[in-house]
Amino acid sequence: MSESALPEEPAAVLPPQETPFARFVSEYAESPVAVVSFIAVVLIVAIALFAPWLSPQNPYDLAQLDIMDGRLPPGAKSPEGWTFWLGTDDQGRDMLSGIMYGLRISLSVGVGSAMIACVIGTALGLIAAFAGGKLDGGIMRLVDLQLSFPAILVALMILAFLGKGVMNVMLALVIVEWARFARTARSAALVEARREYMEAARCLALPKWRLVFRHMLPNCMPPIIVIGTILVARAITLEATLSFLGLGVPITEPSLGLLIANGYQYMLSGKYWISFYPGIALLVTIMAINLVGDQLRDVLNPRLKR
Amino acid sequence: MTTWMLRRLIQAVFVMLAMTVIVFIGVNVIGDPIEILISPDADQAERARAVAALGLDKPLWEQYWKFLMGALQGDLGRSFVFNEPALKLIAQRMPATLELAMTAVILSVVLGIPLGLYAGLRPNSIGGRTIMGASILGFSLPSFWIGLMLIMVFAVQLGWLPSTGRGQTAELFGVQWSFLTANGLAHMAMPALNLALGNIALVLRLTRAGVRENLPMDYVKFARAKGISPSRVVFVHVLKNIMIPIVTVVGLEIGGLIAFAVVTESVFAWPGMGKLIIDSINVLDRPVIVAYLMMIVLLFIVINLIVDLLYTVLDPRVRLETKE
Amino acid sequence: MNDLTLEVQGLSTHFFTRAGVVKAVDDISFSVARGRVLGLVGESGSGKSVTGFSVIGLVDPPGRITSGKILFRGRDLTKLDEREQRDLRGNRIAMIFQDPMMTLNPVLRIDTQMIETVLAHDSVSREVARQRSRDALGMVGIPSPEERLTSYPHQFSGGMRQRVAIAIALLHRPDLIIADEPTTALDVTIQAQILAEVQRLAREVGTALIWITHDLSVIAGLADDIAVMYAGRIVETGSVEAVLDRPLHPYTHGLIGSVPSRNARGSRLRQIPGMTPSLLNLPAGCAFRSRCPRADAACAADPPDSFPVEGRTLRCFHPQLEMMA
Repeated sequence: MSESALPEEPAAVLPPQETPFARFVSEYAESPVAVVSFIAVVLIVAIALFAPWLSPQNPYDLAQLDIMDGRLPPGAKSPEGWTFWLGTDDQGRDMLSGIMYGLRISLSVGVGSAMIACVIGTALGLIAAFAGGKLDGGIMRLVDLQLSFPAILVALMILAFLGKGVMNVMLALVIVEWARFARTARSAALVEARREYMEAARCLALPKWRLVFRHMLPNCMPPIIVIGTILVARAITLEATLSFLGLGVPITEPSLGLLIANGYQYMLSGKYWISFYPGIALLVTIMAINLVGDQLRDVLNPRLKR
Repeated sequence: MTTWMLRRLIQAVFVMLAMTVIVFIGVNVIGDPIEILISPDADQAERARAVAALGLDKPLWEQYWKFLMGALQGDLGRSFVFNEPALKLIAQRMPATLELAMTAVILSVVLGIPLGLYAGLRPNSIGGRTIMGASILGFSLPSFWIGLMLIMVFAVQLGWLPSTGRGQTAELFGVQWSFLTANGLAHMAMPALNLALGNIALVLRLTRAGVRENLPMDYVKFARAKGISPSRVVFVHVLKNIMIPIVTVVGLEIGGLIAFAVVTESVFAWPGMGKLIIDSINVLDRPVIVAYLMMIVLLFIVINLIVDLLYTVLDPRVRLETKE
Repeated sequence: MNDLTLEVQGLSTHFFTRAGVVKAVDDISFSVARGRVLGLVGESGSGKSVTGFSVIGLVDPPGRITSGKILFRGRDLTKLDEREQRDLRGNRIAMIFQDPMMTLNPVLRIDTQMIETVLAHDSVSREVARQRSRDALGMVGIPSPEERLTSYPHQFSGGMRQRVAIAIALLHRPDLIIADEPTTALDVTIQAQILAEVQRLAREVGTALIWITHDLSVIAGLADDIAVMYAGRIVETGSVEAVLDRPLHPYTHGLIGSVPSRNARGSRLRQIPGMTPSLLNLPAGCAFRSRCPRADAACAADPPDSFPVEGRTLRCFHPQLEMMA
């Protein structure tokens, strides 16, 4: 064939093929703040995962605690000779260890509830977008009603009915957050449904569930990932708030919020560290996740593409 | 206009009814009312008597009907802890919460709009950038921790402001208010600012976005071409256009502020209904919880109605549509 | 005494964007005499509106007047400070904008928007200001002006809104009105009414008028003089009769040729080949040369200087001086 001589040339002119992922990484890395935030998130997750190996002390092992070490300021020496870098709480617990273990609980409750809410909300949002009509109207009415009440109020209501406990807090967070996922997934799906590849898939007479979950869902993911990141931060904040109010996790599984609440009474007498350092840990976590989410939104949002 | 009002009222009644169902189901079906209502050390006979007295042996719809009728007459039960009507307890604490929330609203407007105007008019200045950066903090930092830090700095370290409580109050219209005395105002300063922070950030961002959006518009250029002063262009022409979304959002956020006062009141030991509900949840004082939830929903509905009305007053275009 | 209301000499207004310098207006000169109408013609993006905004002093950053003089009744406007410019704006120099739906503030009543204009320049009572506003509305042909004063802009039609805008421009009986395509957004019948109205008012009050448009037929019926702009420069300017009857610049020539006319029915509409060049980093030489049938090497070297010929000012190396076929 006469064309056989041609193909080499255009390929040589084209730049080396860039994978979508590589392009995503390079666009994300354009903001140094976002890169630092991402590193911070990775470090925080690592600390939470490996807390038992990293922390100087197991804060739940009563045998390791000595009430005589209670409320020591940061930098004080323990009887065994190591340093309480961030001081101790009223039980003589090393604050640094407490914070590491607290992070574990805060993160697992926050991430766990956001993921469950993501699955439920996304599924309902896709169903609403695809079913249309009454089902769509019903689901979206529920979403509107849910979102017209502040999250803290809905969570309070649920915990008032069900009582405290890790599972109940997670349930409350899921109920608070599913609606946002549903709304995001639905609007993304409505955009995608009009695309040509969906037209093509429909022509193949594929089963509906396959259309929605295999073809459409992957293309709806970017906005869901963005809102998911931000909602993880919100879930962590809300959990901390509820625990601070004494409605969240029980005293046996202290999250950062509960650690802060524990130190509250000592703060008035100037022993700031019991509340202050868990607060800083909470703050850094939330800020880092939010900043990562902001950058993800800028990179993944097609409207902002240059 | 009247039909519109009527439709909104009917809508409000339905939302209210839906909430009574949710609260009723929440307390009586999901939670075990016996466990909630009767002390665990009561014996069998005592339990049976309580079940009969509370009507828990009756069918659900009948229980709900009784609950609804009571609610309509303002009877939501007596507090186990205070042995007083729950609604009366809530009503007693409400002024403290309302004055805190209203002060927060005023703060968010008085601080948010000027800061937003500045950031919008000088988006590339150091001040403008700083304001925007700080507003991100206002959004994302946990409010209770900021409250603690305020106490640590201004009450413990500097000793400028009292850390907790409501301070001196004075009477107006038969109700005790803190904002009428200097001491009360000093007590209110930190909690109100703490409660307002998120909203200040919100108003600030809305204002800035509005300024950025409106400045390039033709009507601004035309106003400048008329030779009126720059301050009149900004404060009359631009601000009046921006006020419409701001009033709507601020109005809708009042409900959120009242709900979120739960956190602020706990941090600053402010004796409002938010503090009461947390205490009640902790001791499972069911009637107070129910009364609080019903009250909050009612407040929400009333606020939304007022905001809708205000909206029509502010925007002449909407006003015309409703007239026709 | 000099009878020129406005004399612009070598005006350049450039926009300093991140992508480079946009020479929106580049070394233009023109003048308008008292009571006369100057039609400023050109395609969109040719710098007509920026010229108008330069005169009234409303060029916003990143734009800036980089050189030239704007002599308004002998005073150089580029030398005035912001306060002095504001005293002239809306008072001695007024402007009417293109889209009447966008120029009035939607949330302020008509009387508010008119009275503030009166009070900005004259220290009179609100009552007097209101009186004058009402009279101005009557003058532009708005029925029952007293009632209309308390209306909001959205209660008016497009044509009525443009009349209100004109009434606002006339409040101080200005010496110069800059009208930036004020009729393009309106229906043809309303266009004609407004044109006639403005022409009458300008004559009665003795106002000089700069009428910015891309519509040559409007200019033919309204203007005394014409200035044709292309890519930020005035390529040909002179009396309407001279320029429209016998255009000398190839661009003007092409522009007139592309207007559909009654006597040329059946013949093919001529068009200018190619597109307007980007004003960003415009190369040296004549900007029209890539589309010009008469261009040669000389056109690429330097921008041609303006020179007077046959009762007009022209900016071309190869004017169509020979008789047209």
